[in-house]
Amino acid sequence: MDFQLTDDQRALRTGVRELLEGRLSSRASLRDTAGRIDRGLWRELGEAGFFSLALPEDRGGVGLGPPEAVLAFEEAGRVLLPGPAVATFLAAGEVVGAGTGEAVVTAVDGTLVPWLEEADVVQGDVTGAVPLRSVDPLTPLHRVPGAPRPGRGVLLHAAEQLGSAVRTCETAVQYAREREQFGQPIGAFQAVKHLCAQMLVRAEVARAAVYAAAVTGDALEAAGAKLLADDAAVRNARDCLQVHGGMGFTWEADVHLHLKRAWVRARLGQVADEAEEALASAL
Amino acid sequence: MDLTYTEEEEAFRAVLREWLATALLKLPDRPSPHDWPGRRAYDTAWQRTLYDAGYGHVHWDASPTQRLIFLEETEKAGAPYVGANFVGLLHAGPTIASEGTPEQRARWLPPVLRGEEVWCQGFSEPDAGSDLASLRTRAWRDGDHYVVSGSKIWTSHAEVADWCELLVRTTPVSEAVPKHRGITWLAMPMDAPGITVRPLRTLAGSTEFAEMFLDEVRVPVAHRVGDENDGWRVTMVTLSYERGTAFVGEVVACRRVLGEIAREARRNGRWDDPALRRRLGRLAAEFSALWRLTQWNVSEAQRTGGVPGAGGSVFKLRYSHARQELYDAAAHVLGEDALDLGHEWTLDRLSSLAYTIAAGTSQIQQNIVAERILGLPKGR
Repeated sequence: MDFQLTDDQRALRTGVRELLEGRLSSRASLRDTAGRIDRGLWRELGEAGFFSLALPEDRGGVGLGPPEAVLAFEEAGRVLLPGPAVATFLAAGEVVGAGTGEAVVTAVDGTLVPWLEEADVVQGDVTGAVPLRSVDPLTPLHRVPGAPRPGRGVLLHAAEQLGSAVRTCETAVQYAREREQFGQPIGAFQAVKHLCAQMLVRAEVARAAVYAAAVTGDALEAAGAKLLADDAAVRNARDCLQVHGGMGFTWEADVHLHLKRAWVRARLGQVADEAEEALASAL
Repeated sequence: MDLTYTEEEEAFRAVLREWLATALLKLPDRPSPHDWPGRRAYDTAWQRTLYDAGYGHVHWDASPTQRLIFLEETEKAGAPYVGANFVGLLHAGPTIASEGTPEQRARWLPPVLRGEEVWCQGFSEPDAGSDLASLRTRAWRDGDHYVVSGSKIWTSHAEVADWCELLVRTTPVSEAVPKHRGITWLAMPMDAPGITVRPLRTLAGSTEFAEMFLDEVRVPVAHRVGDENDGWRVTMVTLSYERGTAFVGEVVACRRVLGEIAREARRNGRWDDPALRRRLGRLAAEFSALWRLTQWNVSEAQRTGGVPGAGGSVFKLRYSHARQELYDAAAHVLGEDALDLGHEWTLDRLSSLAYTIAAGTSQIQQNIVAERILGLPKGR
């Protein structure tokens, strides 16, 4: 048993991070793309193998497994990559152009369809879809009538939530080291320290759950991982906002984007009460 | 990332499992929690059994993964945990093994491994609990002895111990000597004149620990482990073990108890309540994740040569609260029976309250995580 990242996995994570951070590091770039998909970036991700990571090499893929996919989507979550990345990833090999990033694919996921109007291909029945005024300015949403359709990308959504939770923890810590009040950095105050410590704990517990679910491929373990990652992303964003004080309540900081996206992702794949019921019934 | 065990590790598991199946048949009935001589005899006899079978050293010599398997399998089989041997096997023993002289290792380690001698922990003081380094129990040299006076509290297993791992102040605090310096680690024989032990009753009704008063107790200088005034560093060696893999067996036990709680709820009809089902479902996710985090931490320790990392604090913070939530859920399922001390879960619920306090309170752990892992500045 060696439940740690291999050297190849570390290299993959570094590569994806450099690619994404190079393109999505500034607030301005996120604002400019609001409601639109950056087709150039999408194709660049396709060329780098992001969407075809799990396809066998003889089908134009990279031939890697769920652990590598999870690491890539963790990075997407860190930088709030706009677009239906999970649906496009799952459609690679099924929909022409998805794996290469030429086609943007979305899908009915639960009761929602993200990016319905921007997508080239929509999977699932969207009859009667009604637009929402999406709380997340970077994710247009439609609601579809009828019973929720179970989403396929439970673990990938969980991985994005993990990336977001890690990022908001880092952001809060950095701010707490720099921002001074009462003559010292606010991170020297226990009340702030304890917020930050709990953020790390949430992220690390979610990390263990998400990575393990990727290794075992167990659906129930993935359900539990999503539950914990949803919780980590939402609560870490809220605590990060709190550490930022009044600034956290404004568009001057990115925190609100993480919180809003975390709320959206929590409704995709598998929602909390479904996961909890599934886990309970297995006891 | 790999969660499969090697052939060698699986072989270790198989042999252990087979041995446990027969060894546990010969185990006598567990003594009552209030019968300390009985508990000492029971726990040390189990350690002797382990020693004779070649598992006596497992907490010291085995690889982190083997230790994980050992704790997992012994818990699953219902074998006793270290009990009265806790301090000797998991604290004083590893400290002496790492910091002691060859003579000290030869004198103290074999009796611990064979279950012949029991140790207690004399760290905390009435005015120095979480702030351990503020301890005031004084020791001064008189020829080849230290003379020790002061008092200790939360001295685990003091009633039945033969030896005490004792922290004393050998140099007073001053501008030149900060409080972390000037502390020395001594092995104190519990039958020395001048020691008074007063058991403290826990809210669960047992006497796990005691107050200890020391009035000019003479301890040979040869019983000092590490250098004079270097006891803080020596102690940190011990505490890193405590925060490493100490809770492996308990996570396995919590997952088992969660299953039992679900069975009880199905039996008594409370399962019909969706709020309860969801609460138990969330706990299932929680303990599954804590088990995976344990494997993560053990794998990390394995890579770094057995040294537990800072992940121990992250784990303890989350686990100690999850354990309390588990027994609160048990109480919800039990209804009125949760008020009956005759029910095992009632006692476990009471005991669970210690977890956010002992071995560094949750507040201290959060400071450790914030300062040592996240690098936030120390407060005034």
